[in-house]
Amino acid sequence: MTASAGAIGAPLLNDEPVPGASFLSLLETRGMQPVWAVDQASSHLELPEATTVLAVRFADGVVMAGDRRATAGNLIAHDRVKKVFAADSFSAVAISGSAGMAIELVKLFQTELEHYEKIEGTRLSLEGKANYLARMIRGHLPLAFQGLAVVPLFAGYDERAGTGKLFTYDVVGGRYEEQDYATTGSGGGVARSFLKGAFAEQLDKAAALRVAVEALIAAAEEDSATGGPDLRRGIFPNVVTVTAEGFAEIDDADLVGVAEAALENRP
Amino acid sequence: MTAPFYVPPEQLIKDRADFARKGISRGRPIIVMEYIDGVLLIGENPGGYLHKLGEIYDSIAFAGVGRFNEFETLRVGGIRYADLKGYSYGRRDVTAKGLANAYSQTIGQIFTHEVKPYEIEVFVAEIGDDASATRLFRIQFDGTLITADGFGAIGGGEEALGETLADQYEAGATLDTVISTAADAIEAVEERQVDDGDWEAAVLDRTLGRRRFRQVGPEEIGAARSAS
Repeated sequence: MTASAGAIGAPLLNDEPVPGASFLSLLETRGMQPVWAVDQASSHLELPEATTVLAVRFADGVVMAGDRRATAGNLIAHDRVKKVFAADSFSAVAISGSAGMAIELVKLFQTELEHYEKIEGTRLSLEGKANYLARMIRGHLPLAFQGLAVVPLFAGYDERAGTGKLFTYDVVGGRYEEQDYATTGSGGGVARSFLKGAFAEQLDKAAALRVAVEALIAAAEEDSATGGPDLRRGIFPNVVTVTAEGFAEIDDADLVGVAEAALENRP
Repeated sequence: MTAPFYVPPEQLIKDRADFARKGISRGRPIIVMEYIDGVLLIGENPGGYLHKLGEIYDSIAFAGVGRFNEFETLRVGGIRYADLKGYSYGRRDVTAKGLANAYSQTIGQIFTHEVKPYEIEVFVAEIGDDASATRLFRIQFDGTLITADGFGAIGGGEEALGETLADQYEAGATLDTVISTAADAIEAVEERQVDDGDWEAAVLDRTLGRRRFRQVGPEEIGAARSAS
């Protein structure tokens, strides 16, 4: 990533072209946007990859969960990675793919949403946020072809419609709205199969948390790149909810019971 | 060809300052005042869609009086400054002091170099985890940067307001009390009553999470004023 530090203190006014309410455009006008210049040879780099994340719609909104493992080749690079983030107060974003770029992308996305909200005095619609994220993924297309893909999952509470909504993406920035549940990452296929059986309409919060954690355990059993809950070392999945009250992170202390029950439940 | 008129610099600065002062004194004032959990910003703003108060960053707020388009440009510039800095370094590295300095430089430059000086005054407030970390900065039309202690006023009648507040301000007051004190002071200076719905008010509140800026609605103002 390159950025010229001098531009941070650039004049307050008179930017050309005018960046409007977009933070990314502001970075571009000052030549500070994150840039990864990767040539063909370096596509064999074994960079940390973030793996399974999922989202499930329930009665009050959506629950989103991710395991904690990042792998580099056949090694476990990190075992306490955070993959699920608040995008703003009414939406969450989870990442899979090349971890370093994905985390920077999330930071940029978070800043973008807050920047827009402050300048315009109103939050973007959920649809608007989802579309903007697609645009950011599209910007990474050349890197995706070199094996450095970033594939997020986006979910939020639609304040107008009064329901939770889920969006998945592909590497070219294609945006797909999902009905009930969505997964991505190396263990995503297994998690999706699990959710197909376990999903029900109008799940309550406790049931939704259990289903989400159990789907991650199912993925961890089949996929070596996905880490299940580790009770001995105190590693629990990232689990968040987005409801009419907004974004909330579930504490590890509250997940102990959920993880224990889910592990008991497994065949 | 006729020679251009010679205008002495003293005269030039005085003319510009008089022009800016005249514009600002026509505008309605804003009071900024500390209370036990943070800082209150309040002013009269009938209609209320064109905001005079705004969130700049996690713990930093903005208030502007005078020409709307001019202080709005500064508000947006401040948000850009803050988000750019916070994104490049860290969230804690964005300070009101840095922002106030940037405003001061920009406004000062415009005052001497542009055809017309800005007819505005702005206030930058910042809170920290306790009252000792509160910072209040007032930036005048010519870029003069002044720090305030506990309270401050900008806009029309600001001198009279400053005197009233100096008598009435007490450290550690509740939000209800400072809302009443500030609203009463503005009504006294303007010599008329203001409807609850015609106020624009916001607080920086250290009991909130990361983003500590919150707007204060007419019901809350009405309740606060009838309580004290």
